[in-house]
Amino acid sequence: MSGLEGITSQEYKYGFVTEIDAESVAPGLDEGVIRLISAKKGEPEWLLEFRLKAYRHWLTLSEPAWANVHYERPDFQKIVYYSAPKPRKPQYGSMDEVDPELVRTFEKLGVPLHEREALAGVAVDVVFDSVSVTTTYKEKLGAVGIVFCSFSEAVREHPDLVKKYLGTVVPFSDNFYAALNSAVFTDGSFVFIPKGVQCPMDLSTYFRINNKESGQFERTLIVAEEGASVSYLEGCTAPQFDTNQLHAAVVELVALDDASIKYSTVQNWYAGDKDGKGGIFNFVTKRGLCRGRRSKISWTQVETGSAITWKYPSCVLAGEESVGEFYSVALTNHRQQADTGTKMVHLGRNTRSTIISKGISAGRSSNSYRGLVKVHPKAAGARNFSQCDSMLIGQACSAHTFPYIEVQNRSARVEHEATTSKIGEEQLLYFQQRGIPAEDAISMIINGFCKEVFRELPMEFAVEATKLLSLKLEGSVG
Amino acid sequence: MLSIRHLTARIGETEVLRGIDLEIRAGEVHAIMGPNGSGKSTLGKVLVGHPAYEVTGGEVLFQGANLFELEPDARARAGLFMGFQHPIEVPGVSNTAFLRLAYNKKAEAEGRDELDPLEWEDFIREKIRLVEMDAAFLDRSLNEGFSGGEKKRNEILQMAVLEPRLAILDELDSGLDIDALRILGEAVNRLMNPDRALILITHFPRILEMIQPDFVHVLNGGRIIKQGGKELAHELEARGYDWVKDESLAGRA
Repeated sequence: MSGLEGITSQEYKYGFVTEIDAESVAPGLDEGVIRLISAKKGEPEWLLEFRLKAYRHWLTLSEPAWANVHYERPDFQKIVYYSAPKPRKPQYGSMDEVDPELVRTFEKLGVPLHEREALAGVAVDVVFDSVSVTTTYKEKLGAVGIVFCSFSEAVREHPDLVKKYLGTVVPFSDNFYAALNSAVFTDGSFVFIPKGVQCPMDLSTYFRINNKESGQFERTLIVAEEGASVSYLEGCTAPQFDTNQLHAAVVELVALDDASIKYSTVQNWYAGDKDGKGGIFNFVTKRGLCRGRRSKISWTQVETGSAITWKYPSCVLAGEESVGEFYSVALTNHRQQADTGTKMVHLGRNTRSTIISKGISAGRSSNSYRGLVKVHPKAAGARNFSQCDSMLIGQACSAHTFPYIEVQNRSARVEHEATTSKIGEEQLLYFQQRGIPAEDAISMIINGFCKEVFRELPMEFAVEATKLLSLKLEGSVG
Repeated sequence: MLSIRHLTARIGETEVLRGIDLEIRAGEVHAIMGPNGSGKSTLGKVLVGHPAYEVTGGEVLFQGANLFELEPDARARAGLFMGFQHPIEVPGVSNTAFLRLAYNKKAEAEGRDELDPLEWEDFIREKIRLVEMDAAFLDRSLNEGFSGGEKKRNEILQMAVLEPRLAILDELDSGLDIDALRILGEAVNRLMNPDRALILITHFPRILEMIQPDFVHVLNGGRIIKQGGKELAHELEARGYDWVKDESLAGRA
């Protein structure tokens, strides 16, 4: 095949469905459903109150329409808000009680659930539809005072910690999807790194949507106390359905004095087929609060899946000299639409932020970067550097950049750079003329383009991300 | 090595090659000359498979095989090389990584062992000496921010790495100063041997002083209108192209 149309048609290899006994509530949402979820999880009263307040607030909101994405609005009464694989006992006491079918599912996804086979040096929390299935290396981490468990378990075992931090970074009133999540979230991960502890291994959560009608509303809360540090990885896949599933997560990070949190995502939800049928709607609110002095929060994301992406991992830089970073690669192909970026809100003096965004568009997709850099009057000496690069593959895709800059302090320095390039036929021919096949050429050009972001990823994730991008682009040029 | 028979090609609706016949044997150096827009660069691009051009007739055999049945990358691995007139820039891709991948793809196709990073290091150090290139260029992004002359030097470095059977050098001399031309001319001469052949596409005869052609072909309007030995190049230098065009018109009338 020649011409710029043939390397983007690789099948999605995680598109299978697991046949498993699940316990689901009927589709639809009202206060009764929220009370049911809360009761099923045996939650304390204050959490039910939090949910109900969020729900009542959500009813007053309407879906945001400002993003540069176009889709049929989901019918929130057709979504299943709770779906869990039926345990053989009410609670998993050990891995042997988990349905073998579920264990096989995660093995197929490359996420072994047994610790003896687990990824070396990475502790994993696994979330299947609405609930966390298991968490590895819990004891080992517990020995140094680290809490790493499912959100539900944290509510049971560490209610004071959850109560202290839940909603302090993303209040339930923040936006439409955050309000919805606050009302109906079912599970997710909780991480607490106590004062002075450097987490000895990477922590990871693997999210899997299986149920066709269920939405996934997970909640992640990571707290690093004074001088603590942690690197956290998030991976996600979903089966291939011709309908859309909603994923509306909330992630909150809190870093106290001298703490650092590094949060990396490789997102590979199902993106829909070539004609845009099916795929995940990914409407996620991720925000980190650098509360302490010299604290640091770093977001690295590789976004390849989802039919629609609406996501702005942000940093609120409250502590003096705190640092926020955002490194992003967003790839769209076929009919995918992404509107993604970040917000860096400088509140404290001498705060610094860096934004490196790489957008790659192929097929008939649309890829937008939207970013806000805001410097408050008190943030003397604040500095930001932003670089937003777009790469286009083929003729039918589009790339957009919407940078918003609001500076209210004269001593602040804000720099913004942007480029747009194209993998054209000339570029491809050059590689081919040296004996390099088109697929290898594209992967090499893309990796070169994304280098500054990939080097921020933990090693095994970087390898994964490289492979994933090549796979996603197979067939788009050739 | 290369037989071109009645080759015609177009870009969009425009016929740009109108029946080219050319026979190139191992060990030969051919110069293709002609005024701007004569089709000489087009011929090179058609041979390497530039997607903008459509072959409308004729055939080309390269080492006995139908060239147009091969993808552009397969043509390259079979030993066809083009030194581009305007090499593209690729940010983020290191020059040495690109060269090594190209080398290893060819080695793989020929059933030879790939070079590991250490062997590669020795191999490439040797090659850059041939074109007198500073080793710092190896770690820079491919052609990014290179001057015109540096790009050409990089093209000949790639030729030295790949050791093609047939190299087409499109306007090698453009953008080169006299010293660079001498260095690259000598490098190309050293890369020639009785098993290899060379096509020089050039507007000016100057480079032919450095790399002596066995045959000179003058293209105009997508056809070869005059052929001769290297003395033809001297004549073109002295008299320009108009007399050849006039002669050709007279011949066809």
